[in-house]
Amino acid sequence: MLALLMLNILAYMTPNPDKTQIIIHLLSVISQNSAGQFFSSGHTNNWAVLVCTSRFWFNYRHVANTLSVYRSVKRLGIPDSHIVLMLADDMACNHRNPKPATVFSHKNMELNVYGDDVEVDYRGYEVTVENFLRVLTGRLPPSTPRSKRLLSDDRSNILIYLTGHGGNGFLKFQDSEEISNVELADAFEQMWQKRRYNELLFIIDTCQGASMYERFYSPNIMALASSQVGEDSLSHQPDLAIGVHLMDRYTFYMLEFLEDIHPASKTNMNDLFKVCPKSQCVSTPGHRTDLFLRDPGSVLITDFFGSVRKVELTMDAINLTDPIKQMEENPVNGEEQKEVYSYADQLPVSEIIHQKPKQKDWHPPDGFILGLWTLILLVFFKTYGIKHLKHIF
Amino acid sequence: MKLIPKDDFQEELVIRPLHSGDIYASFQFRTLWDTDFMRENKVSHYRLFPKSLGQVISKFSVRELHISFTQGYWRTMQWGQPFIPSPPGAELWVWFQDSVTDVDATWKELTNVLSGIFCASLNFIDSTNTVQPSASFKPLGIGNVTDHSFLRYATLPREIVCTENLTPWKKLLPCGSKAGLAVLLKSEKLFHSSFHSQAVHIRSVCQDWQCKTTSWELRQTVNSVFDLHNSGQAKREWSLFKMFSRTLTEACPLASSSKLYIDITDNPQGEQFELSPATSLLSQAVVLGDRRTFSVYDLTQETTFGSVRSLNLLIRWKSNEGEMLRPLLHAERYVAGYGLQTGEIHTLMYNNHPYRSFPVLLLDSVPWYLRLYIHTLSVTSKGKDNKPSYIHYEPSKDRVKPHLLEMLIQLPPNSVTEVTVQFERALLKWTEYPPDPNHGFYVGSSVISSLVPSTVAMDTNSTRERPLFSSFFPCKEESSYFVRIYTEPLLVNLPTPDFSMPYNVICLTCTVVAVGYGSLYNLLTRSFQIEEPNPGLAKRIANVIRKMRGVPPL
Repeated sequence: MLALLMLNILAYMTPNPDKTQIIIHLLSVISQNSAGQFFSSGHTNNWAVLVCTSRFWFNYRHVANTLSVYRSVKRLGIPDSHIVLMLADDMACNHRNPKPATVFSHKNMELNVYGDDVEVDYRGYEVTVENFLRVLTGRLPPSTPRSKRLLSDDRSNILIYLTGHGGNGFLKFQDSEEISNVELADAFEQMWQKRRYNELLFIIDTCQGASMYERFYSPNIMALASSQVGEDSLSHQPDLAIGVHLMDRYTFYMLEFLEDIHPASKTNMNDLFKVCPKSQCVSTPGHRTDLFLRDPGSVLITDFFGSVRKVELTMDAINLTDPIKQMEENPVNGEEQKEVYSYADQLPVSEIIHQKPKQKDWHPPDGFILGLWTLILLVFFKTYGIKHLKHIF
Repeated sequence: MKLIPKDDFQEELVIRPLHSGDIYASFQFRTLWDTDFMRENKVSHYRLFPKSLGQVISKFSVRELHISFTQGYWRTMQWGQPFIPSPPGAELWVWFQDSVTDVDATWKELTNVLSGIFCASLNFIDSTNTVQPSASFKPLGIGNVTDHSFLRYATLPREIVCTENLTPWKKLLPCGSKAGLAVLLKSEKLFHSSFHSQAVHIRSVCQDWQCKTTSWELRQTVNSVFDLHNSGQAKREWSLFKMFSRTLTEACPLASSSKLYIDITDNPQGEQFELSPATSLLSQAVVLGDRRTFSVYDLTQETTFGSVRSLNLLIRWKSNEGEMLRPLLHAERYVAGYGLQTGEIHTLMYNNHPYRSFPVLLLDSVPWYLRLYIHTLSVTSKGKDNKPSYIHYEPSKDRVKPHLLEMLIQLPPNSVTEVTVQFERALLKWTEYPPDPNHGFYVGSSVISSLVPSTVAMDTNSTRERPLFSSFFPCKEESSYFVRIYTEPLLVNLPTPDFSMPYNVICLTCTVVAVGYGSLYNLLTRSFQIEEPNPGLAKRIANVIRKMRGVPPL
């Protein structure tokens, strides 16, 4: 019955010009109970900031990590306008890539996580600590385009994913600078004070990743890391045709876990904490939930990885406006004397040559040198007397 | 009822088999719109023209915009001349309207907005790589006034093109990549080619031959050269499916014309290659100074697709003979010299016409960290000095603007003209080096604009019915055609410091200070006492016995 009604889709986020996958929930199957639950979660929109911080071909796996999370997040409903993707180097069209325009996550080239529809917001040299912190805190120059901004509000759930090379308390950006855990914690506190997030999920896949979330002190942050302090995160498997390791272990098993999630699934965070135990990952993944207000068991995966669309039913009929017609060609009026346009001359040789006036060498005015020497002699003789004249002549 | 001005969309694909067995495919998608972006009422109803570009034009008062992203270098000697030339990397040149008061600030904002639209790092365009050419890059559209203070040109030779640039580019098309010729644009095949270039050109054009009114034209072009050996096949055989991994099933419903042209000029009787399915539609066009014959497939007709309802063109090569028309003008550039202090830039321009000479305009934009010694500039043709009739040089300013050198040189017939200039490399501040400084620093391509004499009479009528590939450059006279050539970009190594030096110095200094100062301090402040060495065990027992006996110890 409800299928006959018109669904009026009310998006709480501004519509973007790109194609958006709108998940239309047929509320006919949702009973009154789950309708209440549907509208009771605190957030109204989802954002994702996915950062790969490593440069050079042998760090292929970090780009593949980030792209696999990007792929999952897009598949579960977050549109490109709400994803800030930062890749520090280009692996897909790298000249060393035997299959251009592809980035694989599984060996034997099973899964191309780069795909055909990808929008990278920050790439190459733009991925710096400064740009990352500016994106998080929103302090960007006024001419920055919308696709490069994190326009979140106090009802946004944000997923932040970092991968690269790291150590105890820092993460290396592009082999030339680092971000420390204190800076990151302060950036999140700025975000909290400016009410830029409702809840934040922070995932990091680097060596000694747990050190990066030790210093957080803002509320509503949940953090996951691929290894504890003192442990290295290891990579998964190399591909002999491409010649490098394709993925890191933690993100590989996380991708496998996320492939089973669909937009309406009810899996919660406790399942995500169990991803990649020590037997598979060799390192011990860690997590931190003390700053988070809700119980992790009640937090759905799709609260962070998926996207919320609120749907309102209406029973009214809506009148569409008249179709827009194209103007007919105006007949050319004989009386109107419009000026005739013409194309510019592409290489007007004579005009170019005469563009610059011919440079004449500058000579001082006539007689100037003569007068100057006379003046000098006069002054000399005035000062020292006429008796020196005989030395000259 | 709201009335909007008329708009029109045309698409075409030209396939030209090259003599080496490679295939040159050139897509052009043109949208014409008779609106006026510059009037006070904002344009609000967009149909075929993309809204993002329309807003860019009206907000930044753009008169003309040309942006291209290229991967690879166009090899003129093997492939001939392209329909739309482009340099490796990203290139952007814009003519602003006369009403713009602060061109530099508008240019900076425009590059930022375009970097968001095309997902490219165009925000790296700033005053250190922007130039204002004084004679090159005249507007390609309607314009009588050419005050070059409204022109800005910048190039980023390091910029990479990948699927992330193709995705937003495809979204600007009216049919997207769902119908028409754009379904063939699959990134896995396009980026696995020897040359790939995608561009967007916006300008005003005449509406008809009288040219009393103008309309805005948006051209989106893709030029690709597919390598025979890359595709892994030994046979010289091409099909649309092999090139693009797709076949054509329909034209874009919003297009007024959708055509596929195959260049069969070198194959009049079918002795070089065989084309299937055959078509009877032929068309001739004068393009790049030559009269070429094309087989035409009209995709708006149902009969083109045949009974299988899909068009998979097959080109099978039969013989290897045939002379390629040698291009009349081509250029090379390289860096000579040794060491990390000085060097020389050599630009060679070849005029292959047997008896005609023609003028070329050479534009060189060199970054400030290569300090050019303009007094060593020399232009020689056939061993003799060739004085340019126009030289414009703007010296660089460290960290503010690059060198700009423009020269109008007359190339004698059948000759090589060499332009050399020496330079010195600067040492940058250590924070100015990119994260991978040992890769080198790029110098953008030189641009050579020229009016080359044509073997056949060019068509000076600017009518709309001409195919798109022949109507890109406006033609004012019949005896010559305009061509723009880009040389190779240069990769120059600057003296790079050792970035691990501060760490090494700190370690060494701290070690030396700790060891040296510590030892010295100990020597100066400790007092020395002589200590009896410990007697052996036997002696100790003997001493104990002696003590018991009351005898003095040993």
